[in-house]
Amino acid sequence: MSLAALKATAHAHPRRLRPAAPAGLVACALLAALAFLAALAVGAVSISPGRVLEILAGAFSTPADEAGAAMRERIVVLDIRLPRAVLGLLTGAGTAMAGAVMQGVFRNPLADPGLVGVAPGAALAAVSFFVLGAPLVALLPPLAQTLALPLCAFAGSLITTLLIARLSMREGAMSVATLLFSGLALGALASAGTGLLVFISSEQQSREFVFWTLGSLGGATWPKVALVAPFVGFLVVCAPVLARGLDALALGEAEAFHVGVPVERLKRLAIIAVAAGVGACVAAAGVIGFIGLVVPHLVRMWLGPGHRVLLPASALLGAAVLIAADICARIAVAPAELPLGVVTALVGAPFFLWLLLRRRMIG
Amino acid sequence: MSANARALAGTLAASALCALLAVTPAAAHHVTDASGRRVEVRDTAHIVSIGSAVTEILFALGVGERVVAVDQTSVYPEAARKLPNVGYMRALSPEGVLSKTPSVIIASEGSGPREAIEVLSHSSVPVVLIPDGHSPDAIVRKIEMVADAVGIPEKGQELANAVRSDFRQLAHEIATLKHHPRAVFVLSTAGGAPIVGGAGTSADAMFHLAGLENAVAGVKGYKPASEEVLLTAQPDVIVVMSGGGQPLPPETIFAIPAFRNSPAAKHKRLITLPGSYLLGFGPRTPEAALDLALAARANAKLAPLPVHSWSSEPNP
Repeated sequence: MSLAALKATAHAHPRRLRPAAPAGLVACALLAALAFLAALAVGAVSISPGRVLEILAGAFSTPADEAGAAMRERIVVLDIRLPRAVLGLLTGAGTAMAGAVMQGVFRNPLADPGLVGVAPGAALAAVSFFVLGAPLVALLPPLAQTLALPLCAFAGSLITTLLIARLSMREGAMSVATLLFSGLALGALASAGTGLLVFISSEQQSREFVFWTLGSLGGATWPKVALVAPFVGFLVVCAPVLARGLDALALGEAEAFHVGVPVERLKRLAIIAVAAGVGACVAAAGVIGFIGLVVPHLVRMWLGPGHRVLLPASALLGAAVLIAADICARIAVAPAELPLGVVTALVGAPFFLWLLLRRRMIG
Repeated sequence: MSANARALAGTLAASALCALLAVTPAAAHHVTDASGRRVEVRDTAHIVSIGSAVTEILFALGVGERVVAVDQTSVYPEAARKLPNVGYMRALSPEGVLSKTPSVIIASEGSGPREAIEVLSHSSVPVVLIPDGHSPDAIVRKIEMVADAVGIPEKGQELANAVRSDFRQLAHEIATLKHHPRAVFVLSTAGGAPIVGGAGTSADAMFHLAGLENAVAGVKGYKPASEEVLLTAQPDVIVVMSGGGQPLPPETIFAIPAFRNSPAAKHKRLITLPGSYLLGFGPRTPEAALDLALAARANAKLAPLPVHSWSSEPNP
């Protein structure tokens, strides 16, 4: 069955959107835009908003007579803050949307992209890079050197996910339970490999790796952005198709199959899109917790469980939340920087607990 | 007993003691170590040495042949690299250390984990902890304490005096320099924001010895630094170490937006020194600081330090 057929069948059972949906989407988009602009205006170096706008307006013309301070301000806005904000937009959107898709596939609001082994696989590849990669990296051309770590982590996450998907296929059907268990087993294996490498690593290597696992948008460059964009883009392109299928899947696999949704194909597409999107995000920014869990949950409470609103709203809100967290990471302990994963978990975990408790009081 | 007989007995006893001394390297003696414990050391024939400074000092004192095992950080001199390795100094296994049948364990204060050091201290093998520190005085204290632990205080004084005079000469040479370049020590750039050596780090201490100004003194410890702040820091030189983790060639360092328009990038001033040499804080530190001071300045003239037997090997 082709994707076109998927689309066709999905039209057979439209979900009533909550009246708040369009307004909700607009609100999420505004939040994301606001966070993005704030990320360009705020930082350890203080530059007036007017000057930031001036720099952005003249982004493509380099004034010849620019003095040292003005030139530094230009570099701060265009070479440090802008690629970082774009990377935050991509990773936030990718991680939150991937979380929503995984929760739809597993029909469980607690599922997260980590279930398909993305993080442990990427971590194993990253630690291999830190501990064993030095002699190999020296052989690469300069641009490849700066991208060696993200490429390595991306390969690691993809290989793990494909292995897990392979293991859970039986006679053309993918069992979600087997997927879960093989994900756990392979994740444990990858973590064991990571532990062994940490054990043989030097102090510098283990420190590098620890900071990597805590996540950071630091070191954001345009090549890094270019590395992530196509994969998050793929997830975004797949979203409309996935949304319709996941809505049907919410009724149950057998029910979805009987109303004509190609369930196996849908699950496969979801896993591939999530693995590519999240793999690229983890590769570029390390492991960033809680966005994939908290953001879709928030959107469901606010705009309902329909995936056609949930996926785009999660992407926009995820971008807004991640960029906001990165602003905190950049200015909270300036001139040093907090790891991004620490900020998202520090804010995300208590907020999530509060949500749970509030629901218990009401329920 | 007649006076003659007494003298004879005394002579006999003395010669017996001498014979005994020839067998055991030193009689039992006591050392008060960095943790304030009074440790009794009976035999120093089989030393397990933990920490690069401790190992360098033992070899500089001329008792390198008594070292039976070292840790991963001990990469100088070459003879130390060939010895059995008990693993990383902060992840010691008590049993692994004891399996080398040491008669004494001399370990840098930063060794760990704490439980392992405690278990070793309660074993029958004496553990002498050597204080950590980055100042000339701290390095002299390390030398004196290691020498006391091995029972050769006079040798320790000799080495301590030589290192002290090296530090004096270094300070004198640095004082002649008018220019104090701004420097940044970069530990790593791979995992996101560059991790730099801020105030209170070993790299910061080396900068002071070499008459350099730490351009990121606002950061405390080895931490990821804000790239915007690095950009405004405008370092004249960037210092990295080799032999630790990822290699950091000029292409990598100067491709970072934060360093792209710094004076260091303009004049391509990136200094790479082996980690054990640059941040070892042992007897070779005055020389390392002088090397760093020279490398950081385009055309400074500084008199070289005297050549010593313990620093004549090439770096690993």
